[in-house]
Amino acid sequence: MRRTQPSALSQLVEITYKRRRLVTRAMMIVLIAAFLVATVPLFSVFFHVVRQGLPALNMDFFTHLPAPVGEAGGGLANALLGTIILVVLASVIGIPWGVVIGIFLSEYGKSRFAALVRFSVDMLASIPSIVIGLFVYALVVIPMKRFSGLAGGLALGILMVPTIARTTEEILKLIPVHIREAGLGLGVPRWKMILFIIVRGSMGAIATGVILSVARVAGETAPLLFTALSSRFWFGGLDQPIASLPVQIFNYAISPFEEWQSQAWGGALVLILFVFVTNIITRLALRRAHGSGQS
Amino acid sequence: MKIIRKRRDIHHGDRYFYFLLKGLASGLPLLLFLIAAFLLKASWPTINEFGAAFLFTQDWDPVGEHFGVLAFAFGTIVSSLIAIAIGAPLSIFTALFLTELASSRVAKVAGFLVEMLAAIPSVVYGLWGIFVLAPILRIHVEPFLGKTLGFLPLFQGPPYGVGMLAAGIVLAIMIIPTITSVSREVFRSVPQSYREAAMALGATRWEVMRIAVLKTGSTGILGAVILGLGRALGETMAVTMVIGNRADISASLFSPAQTMSSVIANEYAEATSATHVAALLEIGLVLFLLTFIVNSLARVFVWRASLGRSAR
Amino acid sequence: MNTTELRETLLDVRNLHASFGGIAALHGISLSVIANSVTAIIGPSGCGKSTFIRCLNRLHEEVPGATTQGEVWLDGQDILSADVDPVTLRRKIGMVFQKPNPFPAMSIYENVVAGLTLAGVRRRSVLNEVVEKTLNLAALWDEVKDKLHHPGSSLSGGQQQRLCIARALAIEPRVLLMDEPTSALDPISTARIEELIGELKREVTIVIVTHNMQQAARISDKTGFFLLGELVEFTDTSVLFTAPKDPRTERYITGRFG
Repeated sequence: MRRTQPSALSQLVEITYKRRRLVTRAMMIVLIAAFLVATVPLFSVFFHVVRQGLPALNMDFFTHLPAPVGEAGGGLANALLGTIILVVLASVIGIPWGVVIGIFLSEYGKSRFAALVRFSVDMLASIPSIVIGLFVYALVVIPMKRFSGLAGGLALGILMVPTIARTTEEILKLIPVHIREAGLGLGVPRWKMILFIIVRGSMGAIATGVILSVARVAGETAPLLFTALSSRFWFGGLDQPIASLPVQIFNYAISPFEEWQSQAWGGALVLILFVFVTNIITRLALRRAHGSGQS
Repeated sequence: MKIIRKRRDIHHGDRYFYFLLKGLASGLPLLLFLIAAFLLKASWPTINEFGAAFLFTQDWDPVGEHFGVLAFAFGTIVSSLIAIAIGAPLSIFTALFLTELASSRVAKVAGFLVEMLAAIPSVVYGLWGIFVLAPILRIHVEPFLGKTLGFLPLFQGPPYGVGMLAAGIVLAIMIIPTITSVSREVFRSVPQSYREAAMALGATRWEVMRIAVLKTGSTGILGAVILGLGRALGETMAVTMVIGNRADISASLFSPAQTMSSVIANEYAEATSATHVAALLEIGLVLFLLTFIVNSLARVFVWRASLGRSAR
Repeated sequence: MNTTELRETLLDVRNLHASFGGIAALHGISLSVIANSVTAIIGPSGCGKSTFIRCLNRLHEEVPGATTQGEVWLDGQDILSADVDPVTLRRKIGMVFQKPNPFPAMSIYENVVAGLTLAGVRRRSVLNEVVEKTLNLAALWDEVKDKLHHPGSSLSGGQQQRLCIARALAIEPRVLLMDEPTSALDPISTARIEELIGELKREVTIVIVTHNMQQAARISDKTGFFLLGELVEFTDTSVLFTAPKDPRTERYITGRFG
C-alpha cells in the first residue's frame, strides 16, 4: 500500500530537501570559517611581535639594565635574569608538589579524600592568577613588610601545582593495568612498583608536562605585580623586589615612551619564542614517544 | 615465618609511602582553604566597614576612603559576556570542525594551532591589543558599527579603540582554546552509533552534527562555555591593558571601563592607605568566590555529561 | 515458503565489493532480496555480514578509507552510483543497529519523529499520528503512550530497541536493515523483537544480520551464509538449514566450524 501512492510526506520531503542541502553546505563553510577566524589572532600576534620586536633585540637588550627615562638604549637583562630566578624558585616549590599529587591521584585516586584533592586541583587551576598573587601578598608580603623575589616565586610555584598534578595523573593513568599487575606479581612492594616501574617509565612524559607548565608560568604577570613587584636594578637577593620580563613588558607597554614600547615588543618576542619553542619541542618529543609506543 | 615477616615489611613500606603522598596531597585542599582565609582576614577592615555596600555601590574613592565595586563588577560581567558571545560560537564551531569535518591529519595541526592560542602570555595579548587591535577598532570597526547599528545604545558614542569592546574581543580570543578543547572532548565522547543513527534517518552532514553531536553533547557544551566564562571573569593583564581603565557604567561598548581584576592591577602600586589595600584584597576575595562558584557549576555540567556517556 | 518465489525482487545486489583502508571485506556478493520478506545474513564474526548491509544504505562509505564497488538496484536505479544522493537514499532504506541507540537528549516522541522533523515535517497533527502509528507497529505504544515526553534513554534495553525500530519506520522506508538487533538484549526482549519482525514484513522488506542461526531459522524467508567476505550460499531458509549444498554451510550450521 505504501508503494503505490506517494504520500503527502514524500512530496514535502522533496520540497524541503533543496533547502536542507543548502543549509548543510553553508554550515560546512561556517565551520571552516570559524576555525580560520579563531586562528587569525595567533598569526596576527606572532606577526606583529616578530615585526616590532626584532628591531628591539640587540646586544644591549640582553646585557644592560633599563635606561633611565628619556635616555636611549638600555636593556632588559635584569628582567630576563629575574624571570629565570623566579621560574627556578617556582619550580623548586611547584614541581615536586605537583608531581607527588599527580602520583597520589593516579595510584590512590578512588577514595573520597582523593576526590577532594582532585576537586582542589581543578579549583586551584581555575582561580584567577591575580588572586593567587593577592593571597601571597597577604601571606608573605604583609608580614615581611616588603615585596620580594621569594613571594613572586611562591606565587608562580602555586600556579604550577595544578597543571603539573593534572598532567602527571593523566600520564600515569595511561599505563596499562597489566604492567602494574606484573610489577606486583613479582612480589615488589607497591611503593617500589609505583616509583621504579610506573613513575620511572613515564619520566619523559612527566617532564614534558613539567616543561609546558614552566613555559606557562614564565609568562605570568598578574601574580607578580604585588609579590615580586619590579626593579630597575640587578638581582639583589631573594628578599628584595625583583624584575621580571612579563612585568617589564607590562610597564613598558603602558608607558608613553616609544623607546620603552619598542623594548616591550622585544621582550614579548623573547617570551613568545620561548613559549612556542618549548611547546613545539615537547609536543614533538611526546609524539615520538607515543609513536614508538604504538608501533 | 620468614615469609610472614617479609610481608609485614612490605605492608609497612606501602603504608609510609601512602601517608607521605596523602600528607602532601592534603596540602592542596588546605591551600585552597588558606587562600580564602587569608583573603578574608586581609580584607576584613573593608568588609567590616562597608558590608554589602561594597558590592552594590558605585563610588570608588581612595582619597575619600569610600569603596564600592559595582562599576568594576559591571565591567567584569559585561566584558565576559561579550567574550562569551563572540568566543563560544567560534569555539563550538571550531571544535565541530576539528572532530567532525577535518581529516585526522588536518585536525592534528589545526588543533595544535588552537592550543597555541592558550600558550601566548596574557601580557602579550595586552600588548597586541593596545597597538594592533585597538587602532583597528578605532579606525575601522567602531565607526562602521556606529554607522550601521548606531541606533542601538550599545554602538553609540565616540570610538576610543580601547574600551569594553576591545576587552571583550581579547577575552574571547583567550577563552577560545578552553571552550574548544573541552567541547572537542565532549564531541569525541559522543558514541559513533548516534551519528550513524542520524545518517540512517537521512540526515545531511550538518544535521548529523546537530541532532547526534550537538544535542547529545549539549550539557557538556554548556559546561565548556561556563568554564570559559570562569576564565574570562578573572583574566587580568590583557584586559587591564585594553579596557581603558575608567570606572564608568555606560551602555556603549565603545566606552572605556574597568574590571575587578584590572582595578587591582592598576592600583596596587599606589595603594598606600590600609583601607585601600584591604579594599583591593576584598575584590580579590570576591573574584575568588565568583570563579569558585562558576567553575564548580561548570564541573557539574561536564561531569554530568560524562556520566550520561558512561551509562550508555 | 514457495510463495516468496512468486513475489518481485525489490533489492538486487550485483557483484558487490567493499574494503576498509585497502583491505577487502566483501568479494563480489550477488543476491536478490524479495519484497515483503525477511532475508537473514548469517556467518561467523568478521565474515563481512555487517559490512554487507552497511553497503546497502551506503553507511559503509562514511567510514574513512572505505570503498564500495558493484551495483545494488532498487526501483530501477543503481543506488551505489555516484549520482544517487546517499541522504535521499537512506530515507528509503532504514536501519536498526546492534546496540539500541535512541538519541539520549531527546524524548521518546522526539526520537520517533526525528527523521520527519529533519525532513521538514512540523505539523503537530501529522507528527502525533505518525508517533501513534509507528509505535503501534513497533509494539511499543501501550507501554509508552503515557510517557511520550520522557527521555528515550529511560526505557529498558528491549524497549529502546523497539523505539529505534519505530524511529526507522517513521520515515516509511521500503527496506529495513537490521544489524544484529537483538545481540545486546535479553531473551524475552529478543523474542518480542523476533515476533515483531514477523509482523513488520507486511509493511516493509527486512534484511537482518544475525550471528544467531536459530534466530535466522525462526524469522527469515531466505538466508545467506557469509564466510570471509564471500556469499557461500543463498537460498530459502528452510532449504539452507535442512539441506545445504555447500559443505562449508553444513559445517557452520551443524556447529562444526573453527
